[in-house]
Order: sequence, then structure tokens, then C-alpha cells
Amino acid sequence: MSKATTFAWTADSKKLAKHHISKYPEGRQQSAVMPLLDIAQRQNGGHLTIEIMEYIAAYLDMAPIKVQEVATFYSMYRHKPVGKHHVQVCGTTPCWLRGSDDIMAACKSRLGIELGETTKDGQFTLSEVECAGACVNAPAVAINDDYFEDLTPESMTKLLDDLAGGKKVTPGPQNGRQTSAPDGGATTLKEFIGKEEGA
Amino acid sequence: MLADKDRIFTNLYGHQSPFIDAAMKRGDWDGTKELIEKGKDWIISEMKESGLRGRGGAGFPTGLKWSFMPKESDGRPSYLVVNADEGEPGTCKDRDLMRHDPHKLIEGCLIAGFAMNAIAAYIYIRGEFYREAEALEQAIDEARAKGFLGKDACGTGYAFDVFVHRGAGAYICGEETALIESLEGKKGQPRLKPPFPANVGVWGCPTTVNNVESIAVAPTILRRGGAWFSGLGRPNNTGTKVFCISGHVNNPCNVEEEMGIPLKELIEKHAGGVRGGWDNLLAVIPGGSSVPVLPKDVCDTILMDFDSLRDVQSGLGTAAVIVMDKSTDIVKAIARLSEFYKHESCGQCTPCREGTGWMWRVMERLVTGEADKSEIDMLLEVTKQVEGHTICALGDAAAWPIQGLMRHFRHEVEARIDAYRAKAAE
Amino acid sequence: MPTLTIDGTEVTVDPGTTVLQACEEAGVEVPRFCYHERLSIAGNCRMCLVEMEKAPKPIASCAMPAGDGMVIHTNTEQVKKAREGVMEFLLINHPLDCPICDQGGECDLQDQAMAFGRGNNRYDENKRAVKDKEMGPLISTTMTRCIHCMRCVRFSEEVAGVPDMGALYRGENMQITTYLEKTLDSEMSGNVVDLCPVGALTSKPYAFTARSWELKHTQSVDVMDAVGSNIRVDTRGAAVMRFLPRLHEEINEEWISDKTRYAFDGLKVRRLDAAYVRKGKKLVEANWGEAFAAVKTALKGVKGNEIAAITGDLADMESMAALKDLMGTLGSDRIECRQDGSHAESGTRAGYIMNSGIAGVEDADYLLMVGVNPRLEAPILNTRIRKAVRHFGLKVGTIGASADLTYKVDEYGDDASVLDAVLSGKHDAAKALKAAKKPMIMVGQAALARVDGAAILKATRDIADKYCVSKDWNGFSMLHNAAGRVGGLDLGLTTDGGVNGILSDARDGKLKLVFLLGADEIDTSALKDTMVVYIGTHGDEGVKNADIILPAAAYTEKLGTYANTEGRFQRTEKATFAPGAAREDWTIFRALSEVLGNTLPYDNLAALRTRIAKDVPEFEQIDVQKAAEWGDFGTKGKIAQGAIAPAIENFYHTNPIVRASQIMADCSEARGGLVEEATGTNG
Repeated sequence: MSKATTFAWTADSKKLAKHHISKYPEGRQQSAVMPLLDIAQRQNGGHLTIEIMEYIAAYLDMAPIKVQEVATFYSMYRHKPVGKHHVQVCGTTPCWLRGSDDIMAACKSRLGIELGETTKDGQFTLSEVECAGACVNAPAVAINDDYFEDLTPESMTKLLDDLAGGKKVTPGPQNGRQTSAPDGGATTLKEFIGKEEGA
Repeated sequence: MLADKDRIFTNLYGHQSPFIDAAMKRGDWDGTKELIEKGKDWIISEMKESGLRGRGGAGFPTGLKWSFMPKESDGRPSYLVVNADEGEPGTCKDRDLMRHDPHKLIEGCLIAGFAMNAIAAYIYIRGEFYREAEALEQAIDEARAKGFLGKDACGTGYAFDVFVHRGAGAYICGEETALIESLEGKKGQPRLKPPFPANVGVWGCPTTVNNVESIAVAPTILRRGGAWFSGLGRPNNTGTKVFCISGHVNNPCNVEEEMGIPLKELIEKHAGGVRGGWDNLLAVIPGGSSVPVLPKDVCDTILMDFDSLRDVQSGLGTAAVIVMDKSTDIVKAIARLSEFYKHESCGQCTPCREGTGWMWRVMERLVTGEADKSEIDMLLEVTKQVEGHTICALGDAAAWPIQGLMRHFRHEVEARIDAYRAKAAE
Repeated sequence: MPTLTIDGTEVTVDPGTTVLQACEEAGVEVPRFCYHERLSIAGNCRMCLVEMEKAPKPIASCAMPAGDGMVIHTNTEQVKKAREGVMEFLLINHPLDCPICDQGGECDLQDQAMAFGRGNNRYDENKRAVKDKEMGPLISTTMTRCIHCMRCVRFSEEVAGVPDMGALYRGENMQITTYLEKTLDSEMSGNVVDLCPVGALTSKPYAFTARSWELKHTQSVDVMDAVGSNIRVDTRGAAVMRFLPRLHEEINEEWISDKTRYAFDGLKVRRLDAAYVRKGKKLVEANWGEAFAAVKTALKGVKGNEIAAITGDLADMESMAALKDLMGTLGSDRIECRQDGSHAESGTRAGYIMNSGIAGVEDADYLLMVGVNPRLEAPILNTRIRKAVRHFGLKVGTIGASADLTYKVDEYGDDASVLDAVLSGKHDAAKALKAAKKPMIMVGQAALARVDGAAILKATRDIADKYCVSKDWNGFSMLHNAAGRVGGLDLGLTTDGGVNGILSDARDGKLKLVFLLGADEIDTSALKDTMVVYIGTHGDEGVKNADIILPAAAYTEKLGTYANTEGRFQRTEKATFAPGAAREDWTIFRALSEVLGNTLPYDNLAALRTRIAKDVPEFEQIDVQKAAEWGDFGTKGKIAQGAIAPAIENFYHTNPIVRASQIMADCSEARGGLVEEATGTNG
């Protein structure tokens, strides 16, 4: 983003911002700083700037440093441009036990970048994140808003190939299993499963 | 094994639609009005009778917690806050409850909110769970459209609404007062207690913070009776629980089981057993990353509940079972957790801010063996200097995995140091 | 009232007391870094952990309310270990660069490490390094030393009222900074240096100039405004090295403004250190005898009614009284202390002081300010008002120029004529005054210096009489900007026509000789053709048209009495000697009187003070503040429509000392370059 640009809400962002502010009691609009930073980050293509933080500070009647504190405390706010696909490999113990190192290696090898870098074409940024909270579907990778789970280096590479090729990808387990149910079929709830499917 | 008829989360795996028509067919929102009309006291006493202990890790009795809220307002409104900031390594149960069975949670919010005189519930969901938040929002819209929430919730005359607040990447916001700070639009730094949230919580108002699972099981408990729930499990450790089984098992999964199920049965019945067979088991972290690791011999017989695990110097925590087979570099597995806690320390108080980094750096050296054996005891002392000296429990959580490691695998750490020395001497 | 046991001693404390405070009351020392009694409780350093029976783990005593029956131990093995542990954690990433740290010798971390630390270092990893932050001309940073106690952040937000400091990032990467590393937008910023328990934030102007143990400490009083902040003057040899606040609960608590703290370099430059006498167009250095002789010559044939004197803002009462007496021997009583043209009157003391006292603001529930910007005119008072607004429910209304005072005010515009509506009860402010239990009205010099200042004074007096004065409460306040003003009014140094009358009479040739006692806030071009004897400290406005210059002592160089805006008498102490030939002002007048052949009847300070006490009965009651007897003052008249101009345009430019100070000029520039705008203004 060029320095000369002046940030302002788009109509959609503004509507969303107002929706979030309305969730909180009168005079507690500061509570909306996190959703507003998120809206602004999305509008700005994936990262925040000082200008955006000051815009939100003014919008919510907050001291700019308080917005900056929030924006630097939480790991999902980014302060540098990120690629179109932000590949976030979970590396915490449950994923590590199931091969997250290999997933990371596959990403580096396929994308030709190191941790924290963005591909030259601006398509991919590679990060390591702490526990994604998909431990029974480890190893897991978040790409933007979606989780891709039960990955192998092969399925990871294919996923990146597909994204690079503009193909549609399906979030969730990449090995065909049903969400967090045991692979090969649930051991419980048998009488519920299959009933009213598609309801 | 728990019978399917006693399972609460019948759409745990999302085989059916999470949304309202399917949810109502599963029994959600059935007679909610009648439950509410039985009154606050009845609800709280049923919850107490159920013996439900908080499902977020600490295991505090839920009914008792609700009873701490002021019966009469002093002019300030009360709030229910649902802790959906699921981030304890190993834990991914609330995610399923929210994406596959959101109406249980929303109905639970209404009932719990009513029982504690709250005017609204805020569900604080970790920011990474974007799709889960979408599902929740949609389900809340559905509930509003049906009149289950709103000015006259379920036709009871009671006004109540539920809102979703997304986090943005901070494990510490799972600590209830950090969560409250975050909900107020600040950094997620835990508050000093007292005052406790029931007196001064979000926006200075009385607040109760409950885990997703604790709230989501409430409607079923009330429909089937506290006695039904307390009839499951073991005394003081009642009911059902969603377990997360990750790591070196053949079929990692989430599963709702009875409290007190033997760990071995849990792993073998639902997760397809330990990779390479039970005898290939090295160790299990039984309740999410914060609780100390258990070696195989303890795992052989241990029951999965609060008291049993406490008795072996570990804990049920979030009931997230992380299984490690004999191929595991146990030192590295724990070191990776130390890195996690260093990364997630909020930085507010000295022992945690400084101690988590120190512990992690020593642990990293212990992984390679580049250390002196005396450093093991020093590291343990450092864990003791952190433990119990911090504002919140993150310091304890960072200390315990290391203490567990040294309790059961000190020989492994020492062997590594020896190996490193031997190699260096070559 | 909870009673608790601390190390075996029972102590009963007020409700709301914390365990840490209870320990102090029991005489038990508890180490701490983040805790500060004037800031909100953070509880983050964990140094104050103590053992409480029945508690599973040690408690942070600073944050725990004392409860009845608590049993506290501070001397157990558990507590010792907890302190050692916290101390060790604080030190592992602290650089231990004490030999090159300005905080050395007065460092809480150093002291407590000695007292409570383990004494050895077990940390074998790399230490953290943190990039220093730019914080402007007053605060030097070494952020690697920061222990993240948040005192500075809490101070700026809570006390200074400028939420411009914060802690970015998290965990061990957390960093304290001002927003975008700007200068703190506050007149109180230097206090963070005192608050910082380590050497992270230190005084930039003082940097590496002295060690604390080589300094001589002199307890004194500040004169940069009319608050009378209590200060400690730290000197080495003849040089003032720094000013620090001294605790005075009723005045400045433990804060001082940046002007009070940092103008010390102004004491060293542009000083008048010798007498000068005009010879033709040039001022030529002279010895005292020559200078006095020149005065004598100049007075030859001059009648009493052809002589006048103007006293400056920094003048102490002793100097003013001696000058007044000298004037008397010359047959003149035309001596004027209101060099800004204020219509404040001497006579009724209640009419020119802050009757409630500064601390009394905390008792008030409504304050109407007329032509006052306390943030610029008296930052310490502003801090107190902010405290009252935050903690004691004070509401504030203003008539005067709009300004950010750091708290919410109802602004009623800047037109002085609305005072009529307030008096008649029709104005919103009148309703607020009426509804309040302890209402205050505060009038400032900006309003009183208007042509209709006497009418404004009368209107505010009548408003006070109607709403603010009762048997046990006098809510009438005048805020002065000049440290010497109340003393001057006490001495009756007011004249018909005021300062403007003197200047126009001089211009018209009706005056032959004018004494200027440190009067630098006037336009002396009017005195071009008048014989001017300037007695003062700096080569500033007052010497521009002077014919004879007599070098005098600054406030750090003499024993002087000042009455602050509350009417409280306080005394400066002599921290250093005046430079060169400069002498204490009153001794100059005493010596001059001898040359002129009519010796003043006192030859020591005690005798002079006894003489002053005859005119000002309360003069010897040092450090007493009380409301004066209510009366009438001001002159009924029409208040013209029109804005009340601000009294101070540039906070860093208000007297000859600060105008000589490069540090103050730097501050002015860092905060928006107000220097140029104010150049050439005379008040």
C-alpha cells in the first residue's frame, strides 16, 4: 500500500464495523477494536498500517497507542504485507508428533521460500503458528480462513499446487475422513450417523 | 463404554446439518420455555446435583459457579461469557461442538444466562476458528428468527441475546480475566483477583465465564435431570466428557465418553490403539499440554477423571490426550511446549515473562544434550520459581510439563547429556 | 476496620487498605517495583509476594485487600525464596551495566537486589536486547534495562492524562514506548524519570553529569509558577545539577512540572554577574561602588512622584519589601507588582488567593474556571483537578479559550460577558454552581488583565458570594502565574493605573527614574527615555533599556519568602552562591540606601522579616494554608463582549530563566515549535 493512500472504510466494511459495534453496550465501542482491526486488515489485503490503526482509534474514540497495543499483542494482526494465500503451519507438539516438520519442509520446498517469507509473485506467505486447535486432525495447516487437516507432504504439495493453479480446494481432512471422527468410521453414535443426512 | 443414548453431542462429527431444523430434530430447543419457567433456583440446584465440573480445565463445579452471581442487580447488568478460545495444545473439542452442534451451546447460553440473571452472553471464540464462528453466527440468527433469543426469549418474557466475539491469536485469552480484558478491546492480560469476575467482570459488571462444553451440556442435563448426569462417571467426577485423542494413535479422534473411563480403553476402543501396539507406548499427556506427562506404567491403569489424574500428579485438564509412542523424542516434545508457553506469555508479570523464555532456552539445550547435569535441578528450581508466583495459571502451565518430564524421564535427559559429552570428547 | 496479624504483630487498618500498606503500618518493609501509591495497582512485578495463612500460594500484597483475621508472614523461607526468584527473573535480562547507568546509586533494582537477591547468576543464555526509544528532549531511554513495571504507562494515562505511552508486543518481547516514539505531550512528563525504578528512563539533560552521591541536596521551593512546588535542589559546587520534587501532600504531592524540573540550565546562561552602568550608548561593567554612585547621581533632583518601580514575577517578598522601603525613603509609593496588567487587588486577601487550597479541589464538586488554563499556568494544579475529576466526582466548566485540559469540561465559550448571565442565575454554569455542595469559581490573570478586568473581578466575586461562600467553605479562587504575585499583593504593591500607567507616564516624560526588580514581562521600549535601574538575574527584556544594572540572585541562590497562589508562605533555601558580583536582592537595596544617605533599618534577614511581618501579620506562619476573611473587591462595571485571550501562549517561555534555557527551547520545539510564535511576547 502506498503511503499516500488514505484509508477509509468501504461501504461493506463500514456496515460490518457498525454491526460489530452494535454488539456491545452503549459507550463500550472499544470492545469492537478487534473485529474492526480484522475488517480493516481484510480490506487492506492482509495487513495493518499505522494509518489504519489511527483511523480505527479515531473511529472508536480510543488513544492510538491502545489500538497499537492490541494490534501488536495478537498474532493474527499482520504488520507486513502477506501473500494471497497465507500458509500457516501448526508446529506445536500434537502436530509435531504427527509430522509437522515434514509438512513445513514440503511447503518450503514447493514454495521455494523460508519461514516468514512471501513468494515473489505475492501468492504465498509461509508462517509457523502455535496450536491451531485441530489436534486430532494433525498435522493441520491454516490457509487464510480455512483449515486443511490430516496432511502428508504429498497432499500438502498437491494443495499448494492446486492453489497456485487457481483450482478449487476443499478444506478439512485431506485423507477423506469425516471431520474428527476416527479414520475408518466412528466408533460411537452409529444410530445417528446416516440419519437425516443433508437435513 | 458409554451408550449412544447417553451421549449428548449426537452430531459431534457433523454427519448431520448443524443448523436449526436438524438440531431441533436432535432435541435441541425442546421445552426450553418449560425449563426456564421452573426458575433459577431449580436450574442451579439441578446443575449442582449433576455434579458437572467445568470442562475448560480447572474443573470447578459449574452449578456452584452460577450461584455466585448476584441474585439482585445493584443497577449493573450481569453477563455470561462463554470461553471458546480453545487453544490448549491437544484440545479441539469445542471446535466440534460449535461447528457441528451450535444450538446446544446457544440454548445453554439462554438457560445459563437466565439462571444467573444475565442480559446477554458473549461467546469469545478464538480468531482462527473463522468457519466455526460463521456457523455460530448463523445458528444465532436462526435462534433469533425463531424467537428463541431476543426480547421474549422462547416466549418466557425474558430478554436475552447471544453475541460472538472473535479473538485474534492469543492463547492467554483462554484465561478468564484475560478473556474479559480482550472482550473489552484491550490486550489479553489477566487481571488481579480479587475482585473476581462474579463481582467485577466485563465492563465492570458481574460476569461468569464458562467453557463451551460446560454450557452446551446444560440443556441436556436439565432435560434429563441432574441425577441422570451424576449417575454417569464416578463420584465427584460425573457425567460425560468429550475427549480429544491425538498423537501416536492409529485413529486420532474426538469422542464423547463417560468420565472415569480407563485411558487404555479410551485409546484402544476409539482411537484404534497406540501406533505399534500398547507396548509401544512411551507416555501420555492426559489433559492438554499444561498437565504433566505420564509414563506408560501409569497409563496402563489410570482412569480419566479429575481426581484419578490429580492423584498421579497430573490432571484431567481439558481431557485432551496426547499420545507418544516409543519413537518420540520426549525431550523435544516437551521443549516444543515450552516454546509454546514462551510464545503465549502475555508479558505482564515477571516470573512468566522472564521464566518462560529461560525455561525454553534451557530445554532447547537439553534436547541436544548441550548442558550440564546440574542444570536439570536448576531448571526444576526455575519452574518452582515460576509456579504459584504469577498472576494467572499460565506460569504453572509452563512449569508443569517440565516437572512432569523430569519426574518420569530424567534418565532420558541425563543420557542425552552424556551422549553429547561423549561425542564432544571424541 | 480489619485487624490482621503481620509477622506476629496485630495491626488494625482502615477498610480498603492493602496488605502491603498494612505491612508498612506494622513497620514491616515489603520490597516492590510496580506498586506506587499514587498509581493504580498493577501487581505485575511480583516482588511483594508474602505468605498468607490458608492461601495455597504466596499473594501479591500490593493487590490484596487487608481482611479481618488474615495472618501474614513476610519473613518465612517461602517468602524469601519467592523474592529471590522474582529478583533473579528481573535480573536475567537486565544488563547489569550499573557502572555506566545514571540510575546507579539511586536505583530500586540495585538496592533490592542487594537486600533480597540471591547474589549469584545462574542464567547462561543470551540476554535480551531492546532497541532504545526516542522520547524527546527530557527523557533518555535504555530500554534493555526496563523491567516492565508499567509505572510510566500508568502515570501518563492516569496522572498526566495523556494516554500516549504503552507496551507493545507481548511476552518477553514486550516493549514500552511512547506512541510512535514521540515526545510525551505533557507538561508533567519528567515525573516518569522519578517513577522508573531502574535506569530505563533517565533524565536526558542530567545524563552522565553527576553521580547521586556527589550531590548536595537543598530543600527549597519552586518559582516557575505560583504553585510553590516543593523541590530539592541538587548541586555540585556552584552548579545546580538537577531539581527533584519533594513530597508535599497539599501542594505538589510528589510531582513537579517539566518547567520546574528542567529549566536549570537557564540558571547558568545569560546571567548578570556584574554591575553595568550606561556610558553614552554603551553599558560598561562597573563595580558596586560605581554602580551605586551612578544611581545616586541619577536620583539627583528627582522628586518622589517622578519615581516608580515594577517588580517581576520571580521576586521574593524580602526583595520587594526592601525595594518598597527604599522607594519610601525616596518619597515614592508607586511600586507595582502586576506587570501583566492584572486587575487583581491587594487589600482583601480572600480576593486574591485560592481560598480552598490546592488540595481543596478534591473536596469540591463543581469548579467554574474563568480565563484559566491550569494545564499551562499551573500543571500541578491541573493534575490535582484531573485527580478530583477522576476519583472524587468533580465537574468542571470553563469560560475562556478552549483547551485540552486532560479531563472533561463543559466549555461555555470564551466570551467574558456571559458572567452577567452566570451571576443572574440564568446560565447553565449558575445552575451547576447552585446544585453543588462545594462549588468553586477560579478566575485567572487572562481575564483580569483585560481592560474590564476590575469588572470581571467584581462579577466573579459576586458569583462566589452568591454560590460559593458559606460558613465553612470559601470556593473563590484566583490563579496566579507569577510566584511573586501574592507576596506583592500582600505587601500592597499595587498602583492606580497599574503597570500601563507607569509605562505611559514614562513615555510621557512624567517619570524620571524607574526601578525594575526582575521585571522582564513588560515592553521596556516605553522606558527608552527614562532612567532605568534594573535589578535582576538575566540579560532579558528588562535590561534592554536599562541604564544601570545591578546583578542579583536567582531563587536557588537566596533565602526568600514566596506566597503561592493559595496564599501559603514558603521559603527558598540557598543552594548555591549567585554568580560573580551578583548579590541577594534585599542586600543590594540595603546597601544602596546607605549610599543614598537614608539607611534602611535592618541589617540582617531576620530583622527584615520582622519588619515585613508588621505589614503582613501571617508572614511568619510558614507553610500554612487557610481561607482568608471574605470581603468585597473588584469594581462594578460593564463586561465587554469578547474573547478572553489565553494567559500563556508558550509554557516553556514564561520567565527569564526558562527563556535562557536551551532545554526549555528544545521542549517547545519538540511539542510543536511554539517558540517562534511566542518570541517577543511579554507575558
